[in-house]
Amino acid sequence: MTIYMNEVAAGFASRITAVAPMPTSRQVWGVASSNPSRPRSIIPGFGLTMGITLFAVSVIVLIPLSAVFIKAAGMTGAQFAATALSRRALDAYKLSFGAAAAAAALNAVFGLVTAWVLVRYELPGKRIISALVDLPFALPTAVAGIALTALYAPNGWIGRWLAPQGITIAYTPLGVVIALVFVGLPFVVRTVEPVLADLGGDVEEAAATLGASRFQTFRRVVLPAIGPALLTGCALAFARAVGEYGSVIFIAGNMPFKSEIAPLLIIVQLEQYNVAGATAIAATMLVISFALLLVINLAQGWQRRRRSA
Amino acid sequence: MRRIALAACLMIASLAAPAMAARVELLNVSYDPTRELYKAVNTGFAAEWKKKTGDDVVINQSHGGSGKQARSVIDGLEADVVTLALAYDIDAIADKAKLLPAAWQARLPNNSTPYYSTIVFLVRKGNPKGIHDWGDLVKPGVKVITPNPKTSGGARWNFLAAWGYGQKALGTPAAAQDFVKKLYANVPVLDSGARGSTVTFAERGIGDVLIAWENEAQLADQELGAGKFEIVVPSVSVLAEPPVAVIDKVVDKHGTRKVAEAYLSYLYTPAAQEIIAKNGYRPRDPAVAKRYAARFPTIQLFQIDRNFGGWTKTQARFFADGGIFDQIYTGGAPGL
Repeated sequence: MTIYMNEVAAGFASRITAVAPMPTSRQVWGVASSNPSRPRSIIPGFGLTMGITLFAVSVIVLIPLSAVFIKAAGMTGAQFAATALSRRALDAYKLSFGAAAAAAALNAVFGLVTAWVLVRYELPGKRIISALVDLPFALPTAVAGIALTALYAPNGWIGRWLAPQGITIAYTPLGVVIALVFVGLPFVVRTVEPVLADLGGDVEEAAATLGASRFQTFRRVVLPAIGPALLTGCALAFARAVGEYGSVIFIAGNMPFKSEIAPLLIIVQLEQYNVAGATAIAATMLVISFALLLVINLAQGWQRRRRSA
Repeated sequence: MRRIALAACLMIASLAAPAMAARVELLNVSYDPTRELYKAVNTGFAAEWKKKTGDDVVINQSHGGSGKQARSVIDGLEADVVTLALAYDIDAIADKAKLLPAAWQARLPNNSTPYYSTIVFLVRKGNPKGIHDWGDLVKPGVKVITPNPKTSGGARWNFLAAWGYGQKALGTPAAAQDFVKKLYANVPVLDSGARGSTVTFAERGIGDVLIAWENEAQLADQELGAGKFEIVVPSVSVLAEPPVAVIDKVVDKHGTRKVAEAYLSYLYTPAAQEIIAKNGYRPRDPAVAKRYAARFPTIQLFQIDRNFGGWTKTQARFFADGGIFDQIYTGGAPGL
């Protein structure tokens, strides 16, 4: 069974390296330079592909992002703090990151269950459900925002039943979470699904024959195997949610200190033709996001090592 | 061989195109609610230009939030003319990208604003909360819908109209600030744009009163809920002047100066003024204004230049970071 699990781990290792390229590439570089007599790889073209990788990452990711920091660097420390670290901005980060984390956590549960159903059971209309899961990817987010607001507003289909109970969703932070759950769901489903499919039912059957209860099977066999993929899915959903603007802006209410998301503050700065101020907030968000994603990647590495040990 | 022939064909075609060009294209970069207005104006102007010169003119339109549109032009969107919500945005184009002279607003009559508007209230049928003037908006229990002045050019007019009333009715700037603070405490949702607020009020059913441009209120009244709303005209309001300008650097590059200038002059003709009035904007032409007097009641109007000292000053005082709008949320403390 251990051997089998390692195969599974190898099966989605590629996906994990895609999310955590740094340690892997450093490793490879180290081997290449310290050991020139290394046997040639079966697949040729490491130099070429690495070059293309560095080029692509630079052009697509690093250069646009460094522009943000260069623009922000034009400000003095006090100017930067006045814009990016004001109380209003701090409240906005709190809402953006908090709501994104809450949405990612909800998606972890619902996404896992959805993926489970799609992989493990045959049911009529499965293809349709599967296609529906992808819709939040394809839909312009503004459309999602308007649709969700229409549903959850106090006169909407859902909102009108909640309003008499004193629950308002649209125009509150709760509405923000709902919108972010919507845009983030496919990330979790689509990352967990192939791993769950690879895992196969026989592992669970094996666990059952060894006397494991259903919960034990899930907790000790299934969850460790899909853990890294689940974490990846949550990280993607989280990252997407932090930067989300289109769908949130319609449902948030946008009240300063209460329901104002950080990307809105960036737009506010741009409306004042204050590009430096906008990049100051953007840079702060980038740093926080990068730190969080790095922590998630480290956690994945730890999880993997612990399992293969 | 065939490829060379094809290339030659393409080259000839591209050379021939301008020679046949009795066809000119203009790009009019405008703000959000003017879609319908300029669609009608463009048809009228194209017909007139054809009659006068024999040339076909196609006017492409781009619409969006006024500030965003100005930023696109600054960043290189090649607008032959801009028709934006406030002078401040065209000032920004002149100031930051130097695409037109700083004194652009003196080039056309009426501060380069061929039409004007004002800020009015839209309330629910029967006016259940009894809203008749600005003073009623700060009463407890009244929910007011207006967009965020930090992101919406239109919302700045709303804010200034409220401020003007506060200053006039209560006497001092401190009292006016207290008045707008109370007013914004009654605002449950700050949409990022004016259309968003209209939708929140009319479709989502939030709030008792929508502060809106007169043309937007008339449109909402006609299109969104025939008989569901009423327009209330307050005792005083602000003179909202959405200006127009030719972007010199662009028209000189495109060679479209003549037609672009004719296009903007056309806006002042009786024919265009008629279209303007029909679309809910107040016409400048006295004869046309007289015909539509019933639709546009007379109100005392504050002016940005006379009462607030111009847009640059107004923007810095009210809407910049730490300005008065921020202070009403932070409780007076500066610093966003």
